[in-house]
Parts: sequence; C-alpha cells; structure tokens
Amino acid sequence: MRFPTNGSLNRQIKKSKIEALFLFFLSIGSLLLLFVCATLGNMFYEQLNDLPGLINTLKDPAVLHSIWVSVSATTVSTLTAFLFGVPLAYFLARKDFLGKGFIEGVLDVPLMIPHIVAGIALYGVFAQSGLIGSPFRKIGIIFQDAFPGIVVAMLFMSFPYLVDSAKEGFKTVDPRLENVARSLGVSQWKAFTKVTFPLAFPSIFNGVLLCWARGISEFSAVLILAYFPKSAPILIYEKFTSFGLAVSRPISVLLILICLLIFVFLRTCKRRKQ
Amino acid sequence: MIKIKNLYKSWEGFSLKNINLEVERREYLVILGPTGAGKTLLLETMAGFHFPDKGEIWINSKNVTYTPPEKRGIGFVYQDYLLFPHLTVEENIRFGLEKSEERGKIREVMEWLGILHLAKKYPEKLSGGEQQKVALARALVRKPGVLLLDEPLAAVDQKTKEYLREELKRVHKEAEITTVHVTHDRTEAIVLADRVAVMMNGEIKQVDKTSDVFSKPSNEEIAAFVGVENILKGEISRYKEGVALINTEEMEIYAASKYQDGKVTVLIRPEDILLSRNRPETSARNNIRGTISEVTYLGAIYRIKIDKGLVAFITKKSWEELKLKTGDQVYFSFKATAVHTLKS
Repeated sequence: MRFPTNGSLNRQIKKSKIEALFLFFLSIGSLLLLFVCATLGNMFYEQLNDLPGLINTLKDPAVLHSIWVSVSATTVSTLTAFLFGVPLAYFLARKDFLGKGFIEGVLDVPLMIPHIVAGIALYGVFAQSGLIGSPFRKIGIIFQDAFPGIVVAMLFMSFPYLVDSAKEGFKTVDPRLENVARSLGVSQWKAFTKVTFPLAFPSIFNGVLLCWARGISEFSAVLILAYFPKSAPILIYEKFTSFGLAVSRPISVLLILICLLIFVFLRTCKRRKQ
Repeated sequence: MIKIKNLYKSWEGFSLKNINLEVERREYLVILGPTGAGKTLLLETMAGFHFPDKGEIWINSKNVTYTPPEKRGIGFVYQDYLLFPHLTVEENIRFGLEKSEERGKIREVMEWLGILHLAKKYPEKLSGGEQQKVALARALVRKPGVLLLDEPLAAVDQKTKEYLREELKRVHKEAEITTVHVTHDRTEAIVLADRVAVMMNGEIKQVDKTSDVFSKPSNEEIAAFVGVENILKGEISRYKEGVALINTEEMEIYAASKYQDGKVTVLIRPEDILLSRNRPETSARNNIRGTISEVTYLGAIYRIKIDKGLVAFITKKSWEELKLKTGDQVYFSFKATAVHTLKS
C-alpha cells in the first residue's frame, strides 16, 4: 500500500473537512425535506389505495370547477399584483424619503395578521355595502360571494411577496447602469425596460411564483369574503366537514398535482430563458 | 465645447461649490483631484445624471442645465465599465443605435478599438481592459460631441493601464472628440491632458496648461498633491533683475520670482534637483550642501532626502554610479527658474 505524499494528504484532509461540513448541513437540512415528503407522501400513498376515489373525483364537475376557480383567480390576482407591484417595488428600491420605513411596514402587514382577520377587514370594505364594495356595485362589479371577491382576498394576502422580491431584485441593479443607458440616448422608460427590468427579472419572477402560490393556497380570507363560487380549498373544507377524509383527500391530491405541474413548468420556462 | 458657470450641487455627502470651467472644442481636459473631491459628482452633473442646485451647464452653445442625459449628445464611461451584463459585446455597442444605422458602424468601431473578436462574448468573460474598450466603443459608436471619462484607468492592472492610456490618446486624436477625464492619477494627467483642472473639496482650485499645473501650482495644497515635495517657507531679502534671494530657515535660495519682497512659499520639484558628490560646475544658481538623511527606493527611481529637508529624485542607475550612502555629504543643485514662488 502506498501512502499519499504530504501535500495530497493535506489536500485530502482539507477536502474531507469541507465535505464534512456539507454532509453535516445536508443531514440537518434533509429533516425539512423529510417533513414535507412524509406529510404529502403519506397522503399520496393512501390515495393510491383508493384509486377509484381519485378517478371519480376527476369526473366530478364541481371539483374541476373549483380547481378552475382557484387557478384562474390566483392568476388574475398575480397579474394584478404584478401590474401595480412592480412599479411600486421599483420606486421603493430607488427612492429614499421620509416615512419610507413606515410605508414598507404597512405593505408587509398582510404577511403578519391572521388570515381570518384579513378576511373580516376585507369583508368590511368589499361587502356590497362596504366602502369600496358599494360604489363598485353601482358599476356592476360585486365582490361579496363572487369571483372578484376571491381575487381581492388572494391579492391582499399575496402581493407583499411579489413587491418584496421585486424590490430586492431592483436593488441589485446598479442605478449607474441606467445612467449609462440614458447617456446612450435612450429614455428613462427604455432604460427601465431594456436594462433594469431584464436584470431584476429573476427576482421578480420568484416573486410572481410566491405570489401565485400564496394566492392559490388562501383559505380563510376567501372563506369570509367569497364563499361562492367555491374555490378548491373551500370545497375541500366543505367535503371534509361533511363527509370526512376519504372524500376530501382526492381533491387535495388533485390540487397538489396540478400546482406542482404548473410550478415545474414555470421554473423550466425560466431556466430555459436564462 | 463645454461651459460651466457658477455651479453648485450637494449630493450624498459630496458637494460642488461655485464651479466655473470651460473646455475647448477637441480639447483633452483632465480633472485631477484626491478621492472625495467631488470629481465624479461634477462629471455626472455634466452628463445630466444629477441636476445642479444652482448654476448653468452649456454644451456646444446650448444651455443643457436641465436637459435629460439622453438629449445631451454625450458619451460616458465609468471606472467599473458598467457594461450591460445580459447583453453580448455587440449588443452592448448596438444599445444606443437606431436599427437602420447598425451593422457597419458597430463593425467599424470594434475594428478601430481591436475588439472585433469579442463581439459574441458576454461581459463577464472579458478582462478589465477588454471591458473598458467595449465601454469606450459603446460610448463612441454614437459619435457624441463630448466624451466624459470617470477614472477610466483606475480598475485595471499597471500594464493594461499604460496600454489603455495610449489607446485613449489615440482615440482622442483620431476621433477629435472633446474629452473630460476625471482622475486622481498624476501620470494620467501628464500623459493625456492638454489642460488640467485641479479639484479639491468640491472646488476647482486651478486650471492651467498641464506643465504649468505641475511646475507652478497656485497654492501649497495643490503643490503637495501634484508632487512638489519641497515646500519651504522663506522671506525675500534681495531682488535683482527678476531673481530673488530667499532666506529660509536652513538655506538661501535663488528664485526666478515675480515677487520682489515679503514672505513667500518656495516650491521645488524633486526631479528638477541634480545630485552630485562634489560641487558641480553648472550654471545652476543654487548649490545646497547637505548630509543624506534618508534614502527610499521607489522602483525606477530613488528618493533622496538631506538634513536640510530638501528631497531629490535620482535614477537607479545614477544612484548606483555615485556610490553614495546615508550620512554622506552631497550637493543639491537646481536652477533659479526651477524654483516656483507663492506669496504667503
């Protein structure tokens, strides 16, 4: 047997030390992974023993409709958050002013309060007699127990994720890049669309994903403001309280599968673009 | 041509105070000053990235004080290049061009600067020197009336710096473009500038032909910054035919002086002093005898200090030939015209 020379021995020790750190962190970190896998995996496993239940669910128009309501409402809510949140995030990333900290704090409030509380607050404003609900009713838009209500509830709970991510993204773009762009003859708007936005896009996209995910998972706030049309979490809750686990589980499994597909698809799109 | 009148600006702890500056057409002006003097702020204000608090900026006979940067017809290059990282070299250069004028122009400018082979690369794959050339190409491809350079050579290694310095000289000569170059590096000013504006604490302290700034700085602070190592206090005791005899604490110095009496500050550049073992037979009016108290090796030259406080530079070769050491007696000789006087 040959002994390694001193240098390579040192290297090996060094390398194994680094590897040891990674292994240690991995072993701690995988507990979280295990936590998710055990919880969801168990549900999927039990559903595998009841395949006919899953197939019946797939054929149930009420279930399909509820999933459609959830997916479309969170998509509309995310687009709305994008449309209003990106300009806000850019402004907050670039400008300093008195009371900025306070405003940023206010924008993060939806992340802190219990969702049921948010739902009650939203109901007060968006119900048919509410501050915003009543003028909108006059132009034919109703929030209470209607699709726009679901969108509003999801938006309230999820837009801070998008704004925060986009803001961090914009902060990583050196404002002097915009200066250079403008010195090259392009307007401020074009400097934003051709330089700043593309460079901040990875963060903004992450914000969009978080916002979408947070929207589709919203339950309590939607429950209070817009029980109808039934979105997927509402339907699952209703089935669970009326018929128990066996009926509510297949819908849950279906919802998870669909969300997973959409997420994987979006992440792949992003990776390809980069 | 650029004209700046009574300009004031405060921004993030930097401030510009009463800046008045004119840059002639096709001139290469270097704004020289220590870090924190406000040089970059001045350049960015000229570019329109900031608007002044007070004062006016004119470019090519147009008042552009509140004109946005995209309408000023300038090229701007930062110290750290700031290429658009998501675009290739070619796309970076194309950025400011209209679709119709693209192809030929981009090729032309890339050939001119010798970066054609980098066209398809992304900025992160380039060396500092290459990035700086791309930044230059991007600024120059639009044929701006004015080129503004913010410490363009500060972030590259010595060898690249020397090379790029020559390139800047060539670019300026061939493109005949009015150039303002901000730096803290005296060599850059000496090599490149037609005129130098010295900037300190947010003010332009002196604007002169390059050689004048270095030989006749207008105050002690500037003298120290531009490398005049010998700054002495004295009083004129005699004056005859343009030459003053000045008594300092330790010696008598003959100076070609515009002052005939009173207290003065004496400035002598160390490279204007000749060092010898015996009293030299030259026409130099000043021959100061002293003992070597300090020797510092600076690479290509030695810095020699004598007990009277004077400092001289001498080449490595001469120093070795003289075979001198600390404690030896030497003569420091310099002409009366090498002495610059300031009223103190």
